[in-house]
Amino acid sequence: MCLAIPAKVIEKTGNIAKVDFGDSTLREVDVSLVEVSVGQYVLVHAGYAIQVLDEEEALKTIELLSDMLSE
Amino acid sequence: MSFLKEFRNRELAEALVRKLRDIPLRKPIKICHVCGTHEWTIVHYGLRSLLPANIELIAGPGCPVCITPALDIDQAAELALQGKIVTVFGDVSRSIGTKYSLEAVRSEGGSVKIVYSIIDAIKIAKSDQSKEVVFFAVGFETTAPITALYILRTPPKNFSILNSHRYVPPAVINLYSRGKLEMDGVIAPGHATTISGLKAYEPLAKEYGIPVVASGFEPVDVLMSIFMLVKQISEGKAEVLNQYSRSVTWEGNVKAMQTIGRVFELTDAHWRGIGKIDHSGFVLKDEFKDYDARYKYGLKNVDYASEMHPGCRCAEVMLGRIKPTQCPLYMKTCKPNKPIGPCMVSVEGACRIWATHMLLP
Repeated sequence: MCLAIPAKVIEKTGNIAKVDFGDSTLREVDVSLVEVSVGQYVLVHAGYAIQVLDEEEALKTIELLSDMLSE
Repeated sequence: MSFLKEFRNRELAEALVRKLRDIPLRKPIKICHVCGTHEWTIVHYGLRSLLPANIELIAGPGCPVCITPALDIDQAAELALQGKIVTVFGDVSRSIGTKYSLEAVRSEGGSVKIVYSIIDAIKIAKSDQSKEVVFFAVGFETTAPITALYILRTPPKNFSILNSHRYVPPAVINLYSRGKLEMDGVIAPGHATTISGLKAYEPLAKEYGIPVVASGFEPVDVLMSIFMLVKQISEGKAEVLNQYSRSVTWEGNVKAMQTIGRVFELTDAHWRGIGKIDHSGFVLKDEFKDYDARYKYGLKNVDYASEMHPGCRCAEVMLGRIKPTQCPLYMKTCKPNKPIGPCMVSVEGACRIWATHMLLP
């Protein structure tokens, strides 16, 4: 139910964006509740974007993980 | 951008498990998660089998379909049988109220339509304004913002919602404080916490000394979160940490929470099989009561007493007290293709996840 799938924003018109879930699965989603531009990735749940995925933070998590493992 | 190579990396997972095994623990501990998707990851990747015997992973009440009251399903069924078009998420349609599911109602000629989102439900209402359309609004804070957003956009007069939205953080805090949910650390649900913000879980750490880690959904995410919790427990710490920082922040999605706040207020609410929990449900504010199906159609609130089917032990499964395999109905009379209890219905229900992974008593 709280499943959210990452998708890339490929077009944006007002509150509605066309997103690509990969494999060319294209959908229209509501992006009113996030600040997003074309090219960024959003997490999509029940027809709307709950968040813009932060690539830099993903890299930080991976870095944190390697720090943990090398302690 | 998916970083799946890292977050599903076997070597990383194995290295984390080795590290985990090195952490000294004085007594066996329980780590509780509150999300069906976490349970799926844990079962699918066999994470329980990788952990040392003194770390138990329990699945808390993290499946909205499982905790949606039987009465609410009965009300949705009643409306469909009266000829109103009831729009509902697919897995919700399979959950059985006190008598039958919406799927069964549809096979009896009731008008039930499966939708992906409230957006689709409103499209149906706009396409024929002579028909009454009801959206069965089930889900946690992850789902509530989109309901709120579209209520604010003034749907047509023939549209209303049968609202069952619930809010996770107060429920977890309340269940723990009443001794109903036993745990030494909690994995906060990554997507619900994306909306509420990590700060919503702060009382658990500050007031009750329970460490919290918000987690992503890949196997390495979950193992890393368990590591971050176990390390804290071992050192006697209780902090609120963020493993899923690519989506979760301390403040959460402020715009989404504000949108919820404009339409809903928090109230004490019933969770199926668990009972009433303080400040854990979203109800429509008075100014939106024309969109409240219960008000619009004069639905009566009845007693929640007889909401579990005889023999069904979902309530204990949802509080992590028993494993799905310990329920006498599991895979005997209650199966994924013919569920009896709510935990066997949704792809997020612990019983169904266990059953589809062939876990037997």
